[in-house]
Parts: sequence; C-alpha cells; structure tokens
Amino acid sequence: MIIYSLFFYAFAALLVVASLVVISVKNPVHSVLWLIFAFFNAAGLFILIGAEFLAMTLVIVYVGAVAVLFLFVVMMLNINFSKLREGFHKHVPMCILIALILFADLFLVMVKSTSMAKNVTLSFPFSEFAGLSNAHAIGSILYTKFMPIFLIAGLILLVAMISAIILTHRKRANVKRQDAGIQFRRTVADSIDIVKVETGKGVVN
Amino acid sequence: MEIFEIEIIHYLILSTIVFVIGICGIFLNRKNLIIILISIELMLLAVNINMVAFSVYLQDLSGQIFTIFTLTVAAAEAAIGLAILVVFYRKKNSIAIDDVSELKG
Repeated sequence: MIIYSLFFYAFAALLVVASLVVISVKNPVHSVLWLIFAFFNAAGLFILIGAEFLAMTLVIVYVGAVAVLFLFVVMMLNINFSKLREGFHKHVPMCILIALILFADLFLVMVKSTSMAKNVTLSFPFSEFAGLSNAHAIGSILYTKFMPIFLIAGLILLVAMISAIILTHRKRANVKRQDAGIQFRRTVADSIDIVKVETGKGVVN
Repeated sequence: MEIFEIEIIHYLILSTIVFVIGICGIFLNRKNLIIILISIELMLLAVNINMVAFSVYLQDLSGQIFTIFTLTVAAAEAAIGLAILVVFYRKKNSIAIDDVSELKG
C-alpha cells in the first residue's frame, strides 16, 4: 500500500511539474517534449489505478501521434518566439490569483460530487466483467453497446484527416501533373495533322 | 497512516491542478497559438484523469469508454488546429493571435 502511494505521489508530482514547465518554458520544442513527459506520467497513473488499456492508448495516441504532430509543426515553422512572449511576466500575479480562485471553486464542486456520486445507478459495473482483463472488458462493450458511437468516432477522425489534408494542400506552379480527364478527351482529329509535304519545301504551320 | 491511503480525492485534486495549469497556460501565452493548443491538450488530459478516477471509484466501466472518445476528439482537434495553424502561417508569416483578427472571409 505504501509502495502504491509512493508511486502515486511520484507520478503526480512529476505530472504537475511537467505541466508547469510546459506552459512556462521559452522554447516551444522543449514545451512539447515536457508535454510528452507529462503524458507518460499520466499513463503511469492510469496503470496505478487499474486502467491499463487507457494507459497504453494514451501513450500510443498522445505521445505517438499528437505530440509528434506538435513537434513537426513547431520545427517546421520558422517563428521568432521571443516576440510572442511579451507580457508573460506582467500577467503572472493576476494569473496566480485567478488560478487559486478557480482551484478553490473546482475543488469544492469535486468534494461535493464525490459524496453525491455514490447514489448514481451504474450502467456497466465491474462485477459484470469479473475475471476479464481491462482491455477485454472495454472491448466487450465498446464493440457491442457503443457500436454507433464508435462508428461516429471513426467518422470524426476521417473528417479530421480529410480537412487537414485539404487545408494544408497547396497547388504549386510549374509542376507538371498527369490529368487523366484531359488525356482521355484527346482525339485523333485534334492531335494529328496529315500534311502533304512538297519536295524541296519545309512544313509551314 | 492517513497520507498513504490514496483515495479518489487525491486523483481529483491532481486533475484539478493540471486543469488550472492548462488554463494558466492559455492565459499567460495568449499570443502564441502553439502553446495555447498544447494547453488545451493538458486540460483534456486533466479531464481524462478525472473520468478514469470516477470510473474506478464507482466501479463502472462507462467512464473509461467515454475517455476513449475524448481521446479521439482530442486527436482530431489537434490535427485540424495544427492544419489551420500551418495555413495561417503561410498567409501571415507569423502565428501571433493578434494577426488573426485581420483575416476576412
């Protein structure tokens, strides 16, 4: 039990420190790298609490896809980041004040909600999945009871992919491309001229 | 000992702290579009921690299912947000939020 709590405190402290560094560091590349570290700590917390499947998904989706996407974009764009940090230090005291108020607010709501949450009716209690691993249990309802929502989630990803491609795709000038429509519309009549060439004279178009 | 008993309230406090840090990130770096997107990812992570904590607390699997869908939407949001960012950078050669107001149509 003590080992468990020590791991919790370690992961939690590292997560908080990492997210503080993410928002305060000057270089966005470092910011993204610390974000990856924060995601790893969150995955560790998920494993501690018993949600192994989500821990793995977090590492694969967030670290493998989202954070690397951020890294690509940050490194691709040539931006003067020091200009964008103007007014950072000026706003820190105000920000801390707002953060404290917001934290107190959310904290009170959460303390209240934990006592209220005991009275809710459960839709998929763990006891139904006794003996199954976490991934097995999630799969057994994700592909059956949540089938329509799962399909919609796939559709959202498809739309996101198409829109990202359309947004960033640009037509370059001076690049020769194959256009099948134009090729098929060509006929013999408008591409070949048969000319009778007289001897001693060239072909004049 | 009391401090070594990890209960749901510990996870909730942690997720609240991360969420507030995310909001602070938006507040402090309001000129930098990339850091704002990263802060939004942090806030979504905090929400995910919250939902998983409640899922285990109530011994109910629906919280974890919902987290998967949150993850999906977060990935889609990051992809589109960064695509818009790249297009914006090509137009304006900067990613300062102040320039966004000049866009029309």
